[in-house]
Amino acid sequence: MSRLPVSLWIGATITLIFAALALISLVWTPHDITSLSIADRLQPRSAEFWLGTDQFGRDMVSMLMEGSRTSIAVALVAVGIGMGLGVPLGLAAAATRGSLLNEIIMRGNDLIFAFPSLVIAILITAVYGPSATNAILAIGIFNIPVFARVARGGALPIWTLDYILAARTAGKGRARISAEHVLPNIANLLIVQSTIQFSLGILAEAALSYVGLGAQPPTSSLGRMLSEAQTMIYSHPSLAVLPGLAIVVMVLGLNLMGDGLRDALDPRLRRGRADA
Amino acid sequence: MLEIDALSLSIGRTEILHDVSLSIGEGEIFGLVGESGSGKSMTALALMGLLPLRARTEGAARLDGIDLLRLPERDLCALRGNDISMIFQEPMTALNPVQTIGDQVAETLTIHGKADRAEALAVARDRLDRVGLSHIGLDRFPHELSGGQRQRVCIAAAIALHPRLLIADEPTTALDVTTQAQILDLLKGLVAEENMSLLLITHDLAVVADMADRIAVMQRGVVVETGPTRQVLAEQAHPYTRALFAASAHQPERAGNAAKDAILRVDNVHRHYPGPRQGLSRGDPVRAVDGVTFDLQRGESLGLVGESGCGKSTLTRAILGLDPVTSGTITLNGHSVYPGMARALRADVQVVFQDPYGSFNPRWRVDRIIAEPFHLLDNPPEPRPAVAAALEAVRLSPADMEKYPHEFSGGQRQRIAIARALITRPKLLVLDEAVSALDVSVRAQILDLLADLQGELGLSYLFISHDLTVVRAITDRVLVMQKGQIVEQGATEQVFTAPAHPYTQNLLAAAPTLEVTP
Amino acid sequence: MVRYILTRALSLALSLIVASIVIFAVIEVIPGDPAAFMLGLNANETAIAALRAELELDGSLTERYIAWVSGMLSGDFGTSYTYRVPVSELVLDRIWISLPLTVYALLLSTLIAVPIGVIAATNRGRVGDYAIIGATQLGIAVPNFWFAMLLVLLFAVTLQMFSAGGFPGWDDPGAAIKALTLPAIALALPQASILARVMRSALIDTLGQDYIRTARAKGLTRGQAIRRHALRNALIPVLTIIGLQFSFLLAGAIIIENVFFLPGLGRLIFQGITQRDLIVVESVTMLLVFAVIVVTFLVDVAYALVDPRLRRG
Repeated sequence: MSRLPVSLWIGATITLIFAALALISLVWTPHDITSLSIADRLQPRSAEFWLGTDQFGRDMVSMLMEGSRTSIAVALVAVGIGMGLGVPLGLAAAATRGSLLNEIIMRGNDLIFAFPSLVIAILITAVYGPSATNAILAIGIFNIPVFARVARGGALPIWTLDYILAARTAGKGRARISAEHVLPNIANLLIVQSTIQFSLGILAEAALSYVGLGAQPPTSSLGRMLSEAQTMIYSHPSLAVLPGLAIVVMVLGLNLMGDGLRDALDPRLRRGRADA
Repeated sequence: MLEIDALSLSIGRTEILHDVSLSIGEGEIFGLVGESGSGKSMTALALMGLLPLRARTEGAARLDGIDLLRLPERDLCALRGNDISMIFQEPMTALNPVQTIGDQVAETLTIHGKADRAEALAVARDRLDRVGLSHIGLDRFPHELSGGQRQRVCIAAAIALHPRLLIADEPTTALDVTTQAQILDLLKGLVAEENMSLLLITHDLAVVADMADRIAVMQRGVVVETGPTRQVLAEQAHPYTRALFAASAHQPERAGNAAKDAILRVDNVHRHYPGPRQGLSRGDPVRAVDGVTFDLQRGESLGLVGESGCGKSTLTRAILGLDPVTSGTITLNGHSVYPGMARALRADVQVVFQDPYGSFNPRWRVDRIIAEPFHLLDNPPEPRPAVAAALEAVRLSPADMEKYPHEFSGGQRQRIAIARALITRPKLLVLDEAVSALDVSVRAQILDLLADLQGELGLSYLFISHDLTVVRAITDRVLVMQKGQIVEQGATEQVFTAPAHPYTQNLLAAAPTLEVTP
Repeated sequence: MVRYILTRALSLALSLIVASIVIFAVIEVIPGDPAAFMLGLNANETAIAALRAELELDGSLTERYIAWVSGMLSGDFGTSYTYRVPVSELVLDRIWISLPLTVYALLLSTLIAVPIGVIAATNRGRVGDYAIIGATQLGIAVPNFWFAMLLVLLFAVTLQMFSAGGFPGWDDPGAAIKALTLPAIALALPQASILARVMRSALIDTLGQDYIRTARAKGLTRGQAIRRHALRNALIPVLTIIGLQFSFLLAGAIIIENVFFLPGLGRLIFQGITQRDLIVVESVTMLLVFAVIVVTFLVDVAYALVDPRLRRG
């Protein structure tokens, strides 16, 4: 694994910085954002407020740290849901190709694709009210068919290979073959896909909380910061620019990391064959 | 007419071709022979000006005095398809899947401005008739045609403008023997009536022996020997030519010791698949295996020969207990073989596959790969010594167990596959095209190894192959399969020298032979 | 071909039925008593009983489901509890903003992405390719509603070229299209970035295929081989993404209406949520899902037009 791609370095660095900021915000932020202070509202940048304050007097740096944490937490759990349910389904569909089970899984997939995560969020919110949990559920449910498709698509060509037949002549069942032979060989695909879904999850969380279907106060979220800043955009554009930039940089970092990982893990670029 | 003069080619710092010189005369069939990596395809691509971007050439390749290597791209485009044409190995992927075959043949004419579309289609019809596709409409798409038919379409497109030189790069390697014979016949006929030259590139000495006026033998980017075909094959002046020739006709030393005691019995086995959908109903079921009966004796080496689609793969999977049969029985050592059979019985029959690259999980080390069949044993032995012994049995080093599959060559991988198959000490080894993907010299070594192992371990072999030479070299008895049925069986030498069934006769007549009287 | 379309149509109908059952279950079954839910915690028994009667909630679940579906089939989407007008009227008013906006954005995205992807693929490994990869990487990372805010800041506030929001109605098509232009650009650019990358990699894949080499051996120039053979084959994966993007754009349109104060479906549905107007939420989500499923079907039909291998049977 010599010479990792530059994009991987840049992307991983950005991602680690945001992850660190989010973790620190669990125990410490420069200011407390739950207390609103009219006296401090709309402060410019200063030694006390590094990036100024918003119209409620909350410190922007602290808001951004906590907002990033919400984004990362929602996206991470949503990727976990998608992977945890989608990958086994996709593997099962590939292992039982041509059977009824495969057909049911794939039709179910198509059906979920007909409900974009926004629609799922709308349905859940309409009944249970808005919350970060519902945002996670909406994005997570939408991730399931994505991972199922990637897993199935990666697994199908592997099932045609001779080492699968060899494993079957060694008496191994489909589930065991999926775990021992198929899963390790599609791990690259899944890792790359999870960075993509992670960044899409951050964008989706921002969109949902922007329209009020995501995390509720006092939890800070980048999307809601944007919707609160919208009326202030003429007088104080930086309130609307900063949270957006945070999203862009975070997503960019993840995508660069995904691209870099794909290049680094692509066996065609790495392995040489020793031909006779 | 074509003169290649001291052609050298390198990509980056790797030299692919070194000082290659050849000349091809008017109306001549020139055979270029070599194993994989010898640089024969690169020579052809250099002539076409279709080399990878980073390739650098030295020397010259003159077509009627014009150096093709120094020609600007525009002139090359005018030349390709017009003066020089080329067809490739893999007919299944060589045609655009979303365009009709008529358009693809006609394109050769329209692109060179020789005809408008209507005229070009008329010519396409004529050319397709000439290559034997008069029953196929111009509006058909490639996926509706067989491999042989697609190769004919490629030939029709290549000869549409009556080129001076046709380059055929392994044109029949992906095809069955009978189809191969037809395509080679077609090319021969076209050369004669068009007064065109043919550069035939192949790994198969037997193909050029039948076809070419003159040949050149290539090894690692160098032409080691060239001359009239009969002379080169008869004299075999260069050691490599001699080695290649010997390997192609190699007969391993075998002690025939088949006992009269059937280890495998296949009794009236049928395997039918549901027919293709026709509207709401289905057509007649496909009888992939249609009433096959045979016995395989202990210590015997039995060949199963047939062309693609004859049902031999389906039969193989049934014998391995991977797929169920529709009716009939398969018994191994008196026990019934079926998908739910006992693991201990599975340990008695193991398999070696064709593809030395797809046979192993690339993420597993060799020790884990070879020990995988221990899953079948209730009390498996300590894996490391057993794997070391298995590696030694196939003439590899025990230290190789620490490596990953990609660190081995194709021949070495096939040895690893054999080691894996032998680890449970099976009684029956199924060899499914086990040497078909290997170069002849490596193939000869693996055949020797198999012959030795059979003697040492008293194994029975079921040797499945489309390659008649190989089956003749290693089997005692042979079954010929066609359309799901065994049409002929008997002692190998007898079937090969005096075939009784017309299909066997066809098959043998179609197979190119390498018999040159010195 | 006919058989292929018929099977796809069958699967379309099946998807619609299952989707309607899911939506019905979430909205009308899970909350328990929808009438009590809509009226909130402080509602009295009489009001709930009145609403139950109005919503015809007293039949069995099956009866209610069948009544709901057959109502929709005949254009009756129920009556909004808060607006006191038929939902179909509300939807008809607003769909003429959301749908044109989605289609406008889809067109923009495709028209921008396809040529850019082709340029990148044909200049693979050169400066132009890297520039496009970089730009699309950035484009994917930008949330469309934030990009919309920046566009408002630049074009409406600073340059005063567009109005900052609102919709003049379709009586003046020119003004209507102008009002939808900034939102469409904001929606299209991130999607165009994704599509351009798909176009690029699809074309690079097809350029490596054997039939391109065959075409070159027939004497086609590189450009001719790309135009005549590679493009149409590369379009097959691109079509899939265009189909998927419709649903993202439709969802995006609903969100972006908030930035530009467009009175579209988005405003309707978010008001429906805050006012617990389940009738509106139920009908509008069904409509959105219907649109996505129909577009998926159209993409499947388009596949068959591009790829003859699917027409068999």
